Amino acid sequence: MSDITLSTSVAAVPEAAPRQPPALTTGPLAWFRANLFSSWLNTALTLVLGYLIVRYAISFVDWAFVHAIWSVENNQTAACRALKASATPGACWAVITEKHRFILFGTYPYEEHWRPAIVCALFTALYVVSAMRRFWRWELAIVWAVTLVVIGVLMWGGVLGLSYVPQERWGGLPITLILATFGLAFAFPLAVLVALGRRSSMPAVRVLCVAYVELVRGVPLISVLFMASVMFPLFLPEGINIDKLLRAQVAFILFAGAYLAEVVRGGLQALPKGQYEAADALGLSYWHKTGFIILPQALRLVIPPLVNTFIGFFKDTSLVLIIGIFDLLTAGKTAVVEPAWQGFGVEVYVAISVVYFVYCFAMSRYSQNLEAELNRHRVR
Amino acid sequence: MSAALDEGPSLASAVRTDAPPAILLDKVNKWYGAMHVLRDVSLQVATGERVVVCGPSGSGKSTMIRCINRLEQHQEGRIVVDGHELTDDVRALDAIRREVGMVFQSFNLFPHLTILENLTLAPIWVRKTPKREAEALAMHYLERVKIPEQARKYPGQLSGGQQQRVAIARALCMKPKIMLFDEPTSALDPEMIKEVLDTMVGLAEDGMTMICVTHEMGFAQRVADRVVFMDRGEVVEQGTPDRMFGSPSTDRLKLFLSQVLRGH
Repeated sequence: MSDITLSTSVAAVPEAAPRQPPALTTGPLAWFRANLFSSWLNTALTLVLGYLIVRYAISFVDWAFVHAIWSVENNQTAACRALKASATPGACWAVITEKHRFILFGTYPYEEHWRPAIVCALFTALYVVSAMRRFWRWELAIVWAVTLVVIGVLMWGGVLGLSYVPQERWGGLPITLILATFGLAFAFPLAVLVALGRRSSMPAVRVLCVAYVELVRGVPLISVLFMASVMFPLFLPEGINIDKLLRAQVAFILFAGAYLAEVVRGGLQALPKGQYEAADALGLSYWHKTGFIILPQALRLVIPPLVNTFIGFFKDTSLVLIIGIFDLLTAGKTAVVEPAWQGFGVEVYVAISVVYFVYCFAMSRYSQNLEAELNRHRVR
Repeated sequence: MSAALDEGPSLASAVRTDAPPAILLDKVNKWYGAMHVLRDVSLQVATGERVVVCGPSGSGKSTMIRCINRLEQHQEGRIVVDGHELTDDVRALDAIRREVGMVFQSFNLFPHLTILENLTLAPIWVRKTPKREAEALAMHYLERVKIPEQARKYPGQLSGGQQQRVAIARALCMKPKIMLFDEPTSALDPEMIKEVLDTMVGLAEDGMTMICVTHEMGFAQRVADRVVFMDRGEVVEQGTPDRMFGSPSTDRLKLFLSQVLRGH
């Protein structure tokens, strides 16, 4: 009986409306007030910076889109030059329209450009697939191997009715992607081994790893590339010639490996000692302990600096221009050597930066997601 | 602290004197740099015996039990565990670590693995147990420590007491002959100490050979066959809990007991 009275009385109580926080403490208005107009000084800074941003954004849009010339006939760049000298300057994107295939694929035979184009698409697809966690299975290694073989076949040719293209004629974006992909794909495992070696209990292994890291870190990448391209062949017996791209690639792997090793070591050191002890106490072998307990945790900890280094090295591939390899940036530089197009370097460099930016920004965004996803276990 | 487990009669002894000792420490010495942390420590633990090691902090009790599965290396003397002498021989060490389970003060669960993965990892890779069987075993021990419903969670989602019970279950999944406890309740909030001690009492009831470093005098009273008192790296006094707590014969133990009991 008391139940009945209780339930009726509960029903009689009007449900209190959920209380909202005061309007001015949340929402965009409050955000503006707190971050942009919290004091007189902040308000003044906001207005000045806002004015500058709007002003330069407008002139950039004017230059890049409103007054721009998108194509010209027969390399007649007079209109572009006139526009450049005029009161309302505009970009001459005609140089990109005209030269984009040279910038992207370098001196690769013109009628065979579809091959490096497919190679670039394959590389990009490979990145996308590898980035998806549901494809993180051992089969992915096969996919990589097959794709890389296909890429090799497409680039070199000489089989399946494809004409042979010597490596000296490769250039542009495929070179950049080849250097970056192989470079990081080999440098990363190397780096993990070196980082583990530096913490090894075996003195010889430790000394070797420390020597490698310190030696490689102590010299500029440019000099390593020079050594690989100029000095290294001097030591080879006559008649043996290792491909120039391969030499640059090896130099690049060794260089990136040293830097990544230090990043990985940072993660290894950040792990509490108890994790090692618990694994030891359970009787796990060194490789089981490292593979199941130590590395999964250590690598998660260093995703931000790891991706930082990845992005840095992706762009550092452009340094191969000093040993005469035709990567994306070198191809762009060469494209504006022709007299008709001299002076339009800015447009070319803007276009090339967009390509670099797309790859680097994708890496950066992806790493943020990965970090959030992999560290979910830390959230209660 | 001792109040947590006053109730209940003490357990019947499960000591088997006919078998060779499960653990033998003979004049073990260890130094950290110039600091002498273990001085001629000799100790024999019989199969099925439950030994509680107590003593002030810095007395070498943790170092001693960490020497038993070689998380620390001793420099002089002999340690024989389950018939294997601890030397630089890696195979003997592997054999010992398979037979000796350890529970740490700070749990040391693997935070990136689920509870179930924490429990099955070593049975699968060290004991080569099939995965399905290892999971059944893990669930069996989780039920034993009374948290089977947490199997799919991550350690960070559990309370301290639950984490320590998972750690005990993880050690048990290797079916060890000997269990080492290194201050298993020291990092816990008072209300969680009892649930962990209850689990340990359950283990003792099953006749597990145990060495337990703890300040829980109530637990020692109820479970231990023998209490070992260490101070400044030496075994000062040992005996049954009644004898040790009732009529301590050395001044150091008297001082220690008065300090521990004053805490309540």
